Amino acid sequence: MNLELALPILIPLISGALSVALWRSVRYQRILAVLATALLLAASVWLLRSTIDQGFLVMEMGSWPAPFSIVFVSDILSAIMIVLTGIIGLAIAIYSLASTPSGHEKFGYYPLMHLLLAGVAGSFLTGDIFNLFVWFEVMLLASFALLTLGGERAQMEGAIKYVTLNLFSSAIFLSAVGLLYGTVGTLNMADIAQKVATLEDPGMVTVVSMMFMVSFGIKAAAFPLFFWLPASYHTPQVAVSALFAGLLTKVGVYALYRVFTLIFTQDVEYTHTILLWAATLTMLTGVLGAAAQFEFRRILSFHIVSQIGYMILGLALFTPLAIIGGVFYIMHHIIVKTNLFLVSGIVYRLLGSYELKDLGGVYKERPMLALLFLIPALSLAGIPPLSGFFAKFVVIRAGLEAEAYVVTAIALLVGLLTLYSMIKIWAEVFWKKTPEHVKSLSLLKGDIKKSHMWAYYVPVVGLAACTLYIGLNGQPIYELAEMAADQLMNPELYIEAVLGGAQQ
Amino acid sequence: MESLMAYVVGILFAAAIYMMLRRSIVKLVIGLIMLSNAANLLIFVVSGMTRGAPPLIPEGADAPLGAVADPLPQALILTAIVIAFGVLAFAVVLIRRAYEVVGTDDLDQMKDTDT
Repeated sequence: MNLELALPILIPLISGALSVALWRSVRYQRILAVLATALLLAASVWLLRSTIDQGFLVMEMGSWPAPFSIVFVSDILSAIMIVLTGIIGLAIAIYSLASTPSGHEKFGYYPLMHLLLAGVAGSFLTGDIFNLFVWFEVMLLASFALLTLGGERAQMEGAIKYVTLNLFSSAIFLSAVGLLYGTVGTLNMADIAQKVATLEDPGMVTVVSMMFMVSFGIKAAAFPLFFWLPASYHTPQVAVSALFAGLLTKVGVYALYRVFTLIFTQDVEYTHTILLWAATLTMLTGVLGAAAQFEFRRILSFHIVSQIGYMILGLALFTPLAIIGGVFYIMHHIIVKTNLFLVSGIVYRLLGSYELKDLGGVYKERPMLALLFLIPALSLAGIPPLSGFFAKFVVIRAGLEAEAYVVTAIALLVGLLTLYSMIKIWAEVFWKKTPEHVKSLSLLKGDIKKSHMWAYYVPVVGLAACTLYIGLNGQPIYELAEMAADQLMNPELYIEAVLGGAQQ
Repeated sequence: MESLMAYVVGILFAAAIYMMLRRSIVKLVIGLIMLSNAANLLIFVVSGMTRGAPPLIPEGADAPLGAVADPLPQALILTAIVIAFGVLAFAVVLIRRAYEVVGTDDLDQMKDTDT
């Protein structure tokens, strides 16, 4: 029994239930949200430390031996993802204190946030493919409700697209699980991996792997299935946008990493070539979409799509260095992307708009905020010495070593276009003069003091510090990614860790 | 029997996707309902259909005698049905709210968030 393996799921689940019990008292729900996410972060660091010590942590539900029980497994990649979940959860919980409208708080914002975190943590830790489906649904249902909280027209329209495509992807996922079960007769991922390798006719497995790719591709917002993301992510209130931007699509990426390193490696030539082109087109279409946008959060949403391309690129190249790059990229991206959304929320608070044409003059009045935008923005574009530079550097170096020159050239071009988008935001929001038609400047100039402004700045400063830390002290982070990649490239370690006891 | 069920699953998938491609949001949700049913039926069919052999262990034996039906797919389907029920209940409420707020059930009119 490994307590640290259960805690990242139990903490949000229990605090979610407690939040429902405290329904009438928003004040206690707020305190609970910050406490619970801080605990989650502490537990996740504990999990990471003991995973580094032991390599793998395995917990069998009900003490039935694997493959008969549902197992929870933590390898380095899972543990890293859980730590990131803790960081983002805490940042969002603090930010929500200031940014969430009180109407949303009264209608269950905090319970839903906890439930979402539980779903995300469960998806990262489970070692059972059907259980993964269940955690996906937990996460999706919470995200549906968070997305529509408030009930404005844009939210409804965005939600219809989001809900439809995600349910479609779940149906494909479920069908694929069924087909896989029909082929190998087990649901435990390690056991599936073992049995798939001994199968005489791998054709069926390749078909099933394509279904997984489509399903997780929709969830990760990969080309050509990303349209739900820019249509919905800019509609809810900003803390929800930031939470989704940081975590949800990355669950899809994590699932792709998990199944395409562990289970579906029998026809790498075929499957990973498709992934490679999907990744390339994801990068390109995302960044070109962003170039055509003039709304703060919509630009950032399209950039999520393009950055997903880099992460999948790491998986698709399928060399040890590329996987290291991909894992590094995920770590860098989750922090930076959430931070950019949080900054957009502060600008909205000051000027009351997300449209670039209605914004301006922030640098003159708030130079520190401008700096806080520049750190994640330049990091996203890959300017040294920030975290994005090293992430991009490793992925691109892996691309060159794998002699995928076209793809690498496109990845570099996309980096340039990302810089273009970030400079566009910088010039429009921070640098240019405040437009004449914007009248309500009292907040920007600081004439009116608002309470809780500290809650806006603490998470942004904290995440910016994480970005700087990864950038300036990249070696330990790189080594962590290296350990994760080492485990991913040697799936027999995972199989032995999960099934080792059962075979003796 | 299995080939007949396979056709049923195929037709259900086709019908579901056809419904999802229609413009009305009500038909969209009907399509989603059929899609989840099709997926459930698919699990049932691919894991093999054994008739009249319940997975019971006779008294005194350690394992079932001969081939028995696999009970696991039914557990999976049951879980999936419950989840689909919850999600679709949400979807029905969502389309009602969307109809109220947007004032139309035509997906082609819901273009505010596209570019």
